Amino acid sequence: MAQEPVLAVESLRVEFATGDAPPVVAVSDMSFEVHRGETLCIVGESGCGKSLTALSILRLLPRPYGRIGAGRVLLDGRDLTTVSEAEIRAVRGRAISMIFQEPMTSLNPVLTVGRQIAETVMVHEGLSWQDCMDRALEMLRQVRIPEPERRLHEYPHQLSGGMRQRVMIAMALACRPRVLLADEPTTALDVTIQAQILDLIRDLQQETGAAVVLITHDLGVVAEMAQRVLVMYAGSKVEEGSVEEIFDAPSHPYTRGLMAAMPHLGGGRGKRLNEIPGVVPALDARPPGCAFAPRCMQAVARCHAEAPPLVQIGGTHTVACWAHGQGARA
Amino acid sequence: MWSYVARRVLATLPVMGVVAVIVFLMLRLSPGDPAAIIAGDHATSEDIAQIRERLGLDRSLAEQFVWWLGQLLSGDLGTSIYLDRPVLGLILERVEPTLALSISTMTFAVALAIPMGVVAAWKAGSWIDQSIMALSVLAFSVPVFLIGYGLVIGFSLTLELLPVQGFVSLAEDPVGFARHLVLPTVALGLVYTALLARITRATMLETLNEDYIRTARAKGLAEPRVLILHALKNASVPIVTTIGTGLALLIGGVVVTESVFAVPGIGRLTIDAVLQRDYPVIQGVILVIAGVYVLVNLAIDLAYSLLDPRIRY
Ligand SMILES: Nc1ncnc2c1ncn2[C@@H]1O[C@H](COP(=O)(O)OP(=O)(O)OP(=O)(O)O)[C@@H](O)[C@H]1O
Ligand SMILES: [Mg+2]
Repeated sequence: MAQEPVLAVESLRVEFATGDAPPVVAVSDMSFEVHRGETLCIVGESGCGKSLTALSILRLLPRPYGRIGAGRVLLDGRDLTTVSEAEIRAVRGRAISMIFQEPMTSLNPVLTVGRQIAETVMVHEGLSWQDCMDRALEMLRQVRIPEPERRLHEYPHQLSGGMRQRVMIAMALACRPRVLLADEPTTALDVTIQAQILDLIRDLQQETGAAVVLITHDLGVVAEMAQRVLVMYAGSKVEEGSVEEIFDAPSHPYTRGLMAAMPHLGGGRGKRLNEIPGVVPALDARPPGCAFAPRCMQAVARCHAEAPPLVQIGGTHTVACWAHGQGARA
Repeated sequence: MWSYVARRVLATLPVMGVVAVIVFLMLRLSPGDPAAIIAGDHATSEDIAQIRERLGLDRSLAEQFVWWLGQLLSGDLGTSIYLDRPVLGLILERVEPTLALSISTMTFAVALAIPMGVVAAWKAGSWIDQSIMALSVLAFSVPVFLIGYGLVIGFSLTLELLPVQGFVSLAEDPVGFARHLVLPTVALGLVYTALLARITRATMLETLNEDYIRTARAKGLAEPRVLILHALKNASVPIVTTIGTGLALLIGGVVVTESVFAVPGIGRLTIDAVLQRDYPVIQGVILVIAGVYVLVNLAIDLAYSLLDPRIRY
């Protein structure tokens, strides 16, 4: 794309400090870009580092040990990893918003939903409290919550899970962010509610032109929502491409494994990606070569010894596997 | 909300009834003849008979109870045998010092402990946290009377900044009132500060790990707002419980401090009454303190429902 990306992550490394020992690396050499109005889906098994990648964009890694070890996060060209605390706070909830997986626990139980939405507006736009509450009401309408006037003054425990996730979305979009990070926003919800929430995100994205990074382990969601797809395995990107490239020509054995594990494209929502034999290696026990090699049917000696680089195999299609690119012919 | 308050107030009545029965039986069923104990070693049998009649001990137990309860409901807690004055009046006279000391102690502890606990939890594991926790262990392990005498020696006898002992009524002399309260408040307050700081730290630590705290930060809120509005409010139920029980314990247990600082409060009244076997006064004090406990508990419950919307009315 000729246009400049809204958000670009470059060679990001996320690590956990472990006292005197060298830090444990949870995410390494992660790079991607998202453009205005575009949806990038990040997929991968549980524990592969999807949430950490998203959290590090807003510098919200778990305290006190999580930290960004290397790399840059560029919002319109400005590196967020080096700005001051006050500057990153001004970005959070305003330029970049985040929605979390657990709508049941992600809202504050002792504050009304109206107050929680209005607070975001107040902090960033400095409007009067009445104006902020008006905005909160307008947002509840936008996310299609019935009887918004009443809900505004209710507490999270008075709402269903689907409604709470709508409130989270209302809160995230209240300041019209340019980037929305949605970390498995529908995993905790019923199938029918899932579809409604995804529709809502897509509609609001079309209205606002926000770039969306949607984290999921559900290829059904990917097929429905994504323009671009990034496949992660054990803290690294193993394949990236447009949704067509990935679904038409999945090139990493792990991606193919995910596809095979999915019963029907678009129909297998909510299914965990756990049908590939074997388990993801622990953070401190990742093998020296390709992290997927121990579970890979096609692995050869080189895969166990040396990590494959990302190589381009199509228009915007890259993959990290010795079976492709120069590696395959060498 | 109001019907909830009314229901909770009504629910305290049976508790008070049970307390009244126990207090009544305590005197009647105590070993030996209460009248003889009260009269002392040198009393004649006429003295004893007189006391027995005055206490109504010559009537049947049921009769006595009905009579006593009637008196109680009309606000009459009896007459002090030793001072020959109404018990209620005696207690009311002593309420000001005790209440003043209890409330100032709790205020001192809350003002100090909550910021300490919040900061310790926020900076968990850091040197700030470790020093706050070390101080609280220290404050907890030094006995109150030791702190009390230390303060008296330091601030009253050596520096001559504050009065050694005694109490001045607020109405009489507000400055003197405050000056007299400082040392007993600090002596008594340090233990509660330590306790409260630990409870605050523990509940805040738990709360700060909640998902909604991450949400609050992701919205771009500044740390003070995250800590106070989003975390402390959620952590407040156990903290308020500790403050409430602490206050109740204080009101009932200022005995030691009051005797060190010669404050003429309920504590002193109780000690004197026990030493003089002034049974009506003992009964009255127990009833009043039990009443205060019940009221404080009621206040805690009502505070819960204000702090946490999930608690149903
Ligand atoms: N606070 C922490 N301390 C140590 N390790 C952590 C911490 N948080 C996450 N990790 C580790 O980092 C890895 C990546 O975690 P992350 O939450 O990003 O996974 P994920 O891909 O989002 O998984 P899921 O699909 O289950 O949400 C995991 O192996 C996890 O054990
Ligand atoms: Mg996750």
